[in-house]
Amino acid sequence: MSDAVATPPATRWRAATITSIERPTPRIASVLLQVPLGGYAAGQHLDVRLTAPDGYQAQRSYSICSPPGAALVELAVERLEDGEVSPYFHEVAQAGDTIEVRGPIGGHFIWHPQDGGPLLLVAGGSGIAPLVAMARERAARAPGMPALLLYSARAWDDMIFRDELIGMASRDAAFRFIAATTRSAPRREGDYGRRIDATILHGILASWQQVPARAYVCGSNRFVEAIAAALVDGGMAPERIRTERYGGA
Amino acid sequence: MATRGFTGRPRTAEAARRLPPGQYQTEDFPVLSAGPTPRARTGDWTFTLKAGPKPVAKWNWAEFNALPQTKLVRDIHCVTKWSKFDTPWEGVMIDDLFEAAGIEPPTGFMLAHSIDDYTTNVPVEDLVGGKAMIALRYQGAPIEPAHGGPARLLVPHLYFWKSAKWVDGLQFTERDEAGFWELRGYHMRGDPWKEQRYTDDP
Repeated sequence: MSDAVATPPATRWRAATITSIERPTPRIASVLLQVPLGGYAAGQHLDVRLTAPDGYQAQRSYSICSPPGAALVELAVERLEDGEVSPYFHEVAQAGDTIEVRGPIGGHFIWHPQDGGPLLLVAGGSGIAPLVAMARERAARAPGMPALLLYSARAWDDMIFRDELIGMASRDAAFRFIAATTRSAPRREGDYGRRIDATILHGILASWQQVPARAYVCGSNRFVEAIAAALVDGGMAPERIRTERYGGA
Repeated sequence: MATRGFTGRPRTAEAARRLPPGQYQTEDFPVLSAGPTPRARTGDWTFTLKAGPKPVAKWNWAEFNALPQTKLVRDIHCVTKWSKFDTPWEGVMIDDLFEAAGIEPPTGFMLAHSIDDYTTNVPVEDLVGGKAMIALRYQGAPIEPAHGGPARLLVPHLYFWKSAKWVDGLQFTERDEAGFWELRGYHMRGDPWKEQRYTDDP
């Protein structure tokens, strides 16, 4: 409980201009925003607010993918069936549009270079969003610090930031990137073509030969429960494991 | 300022009445927690009521289950924007807990403690008068570990992070002492109808 970080007053709503929207995978809209946030930490999120003509407002939270100091703020918005806000980003929004945001928010699921390593990052699906900010922050400010990113997705082409992460690992021997695809075959040596279970996770950690100082796990609740339990079973102290869960069970 | 091209979901009058600002209704029951789900066994579980550092009363699982049990059906509102209507809980009202302990609140503030060292602060007036309970059952069954079982605080009229999972104690404090999320940018009281999400929200 001694790691509390004072969060600056950042909760006023402010206008953010969409500078571009890309589609790195069929289900993801990568939204780049021009907004003066001041500082933020890798892992923090923004609240987004959209207003209908009748005054109705919808809000959602999205993790920031861009690393601290980036010129533009990047959000990865997954298209949810029956969604209310995500279809707006996928079908309506375009460069030049203005939305409202507030933040950065969150003082727990964050990582600073001075927090040190070794750093274990485990992502399920769009849970990669806050973890890619940490990987980018580490690459920029703490290269050489041992880190391992384990990323589970349905298929190879569903992996947001995939090529960037492969490149990061090829340039920096201290950064390992392992992909697990639950509905397609593994593409690279060391990748997995099935769901990550305790056996896989313990095997990866044993061959890594690092003891993570901290683990960040983000994904669906079922994914996070399984990974966090496997880490605890493997001997990791629960207080070293930080979790963030998206959506329902 | 309307957002170009955004209309939102069709809204019913009932949802408009029951949803606090910025919330949307969900049918499932999302789980949010800061770390792994702790493994609590009811055989080891105790609940301690403290005034400052001093224990006032302590119950084991069987004793706690022997206290008067009350049912509450309430709408709940998570600061991450989802709301869930008509959630049915059963447990020990805080009023009954204080009565069983034979204590009148000595201060106006409480800190809830959980077995994973989570804490959250709640004013006493938000806990008494039939507003809050230590819930032991959800939908007629023991609360699942991921949802806070064996016992969770239920303060349904405040954002749901105040309803501490895996709760094992309540402590009267002299001052309003910030808990886990309150130290990390979240509001000290957390009234969803006033949209008190973050530290500097009015």
